[in-house]
Amino acid sequence: MSPQLQTISDLIKNSSGISDAEKESLLKVIKEADKNQAMIQFKLERIEKDRNTLSVMLQESIEDLQKKSLVIEDANKALTQTLEELRATQAQLIQSEKMASLGELTAGIAHEIQNPLNFVNNFSEVSNELLDEMTEQLEKGNANEAKAIANEVKMSLEKINLHGKRADGIVKSMLQHSRTSNNKKEPTDINVLADEYLRLAYHGLRAKDKSFNAALKTDYDENIGLLKVISQDIGRVILNLITNAFYAVMEKKKLHTQDYEPTVTVSTKKIDNKIIVEVTDNGTGIPQKALDKIFQPFFTTKPTGQGTGLGLSLSYDIVTKGHGGELKVETKEGEYTAFSVILPV
Amino acid sequence: MKILVVDDEKDVQVLFEQRFRKEIRNKEMEFAFAYSGEDALKYLGDLSHEAVLILSDINMPGMSGLELLRHIKEKHKEPPPLVMMITAYGDADNYNTAMKLGADDFLTKPLEFSLLKEKLKAIH
Repeated sequence: MSPQLQTISDLIKNSSGISDAEKESLLKVIKEADKNQAMIQFKLERIEKDRNTLSVMLQESIEDLQKKSLVIEDANKALTQTLEELRATQAQLIQSEKMASLGELTAGIAHEIQNPLNFVNNFSEVSNELLDEMTEQLEKGNANEAKAIANEVKMSLEKINLHGKRADGIVKSMLQHSRTSNNKKEPTDINVLADEYLRLAYHGLRAKDKSFNAALKTDYDENIGLLKVISQDIGRVILNLITNAFYAVMEKKKLHTQDYEPTVTVSTKKIDNKIIVEVTDNGTGIPQKALDKIFQPFFTTKPTGQGTGLGLSLSYDIVTKGHGGELKVETKEGEYTAFSVILPV
Repeated sequence: MKILVVDDEKDVQVLFEQRFRKEIRNKEMEFAFAYSGEDALKYLGDLSHEAVLILSDINMPGMSGLELLRHIKEKHKEPPPLVMMITAYGDADNYNTAMKLGADDFLTKPLEFSLLKEKLKAIH
């Protein structure tokens, strides 16, 4: 019992003015109060202990949270950096996809230029020889002979001009493909664009695989007129589709050496207010399970290192987002694939 | 000497007729032209042909010059015509394949006609 309560108890016990019954009652109350006080003291001590424990736990939690916050901050920084890296990689991949298709073409183009050069070199040498012959005839007074030779010189010069322009066209196509798109829509002859890229793709593949041969068929609607497109971008789409078509017929040819004529057809037509460029091949077709994924980035059925898996995905974006058009595919496994680029006029 | 020239570039005919105009005029050489491997085989299938030398391009739509070379060397044995490949694709792979298939010579485009003439005279 606390000393204060003990003093009060003693005073009550020794008091003569209080009856024994009242003393007993008062001492009972004091005893009760003492019990309560002990209980309160005990509870207070427990609360104090709890408070201390809580305080320690809280401190630990705060420290823990601070640590976690730092970790999250670091993770956030890393994620931001990764995102930036991914964006840069994506841009690089788009560029490398472009350069990969250009690389495929370069060898073909380099060889393709030799053909017109063959004519330019040789017809110019012929012209020189003919002019010597013409001088000889003129000296002999054979005006008619000289005139005939002059006509031959004229024809040779026309051939030089024709094949010089052809070489020029080949180089321009290559430059156009490698140049960064200026994203400007300009009136474009889709037939010329399709034909140019068909030739480039064909020669590009021939340069890589000498045994490759395919029948090229074209069916251009001469009445489609000019269409406002970003020509480099639509050229890339056509190139991708044609390259894929050639790949499909080559793969099929590996399996069917006899009685199989690899054929790739490029056609254009105008239906209502739409211009449709169709690239069809009688190659391997696309399996149903792959069909849903062909426009997804990085999806490819080609062996590692042979395809970026970005060709069709980029083509899809160019046609749909870039030109408000549609890119559709029809296929039957083992028989054919037909891609349609549908562009609004 | 009759020579069959096989090339899908049609101006090759005008070029050969110009460059060999003297030889053609003097009847030293006679040229026939085919614009594909298939056409060349058709021409050679005619037994009355007198071509002793074939000058063939390699890269042609349809049958390639190398396939044509293989056909000629397999099927036309009596008498075997000489086959000279003329190509813009003058890389080692093409050269080796042509030689393995029995090509008698291999020239690259742009063609040096003075060199070709020397080779033809040596055969003649």
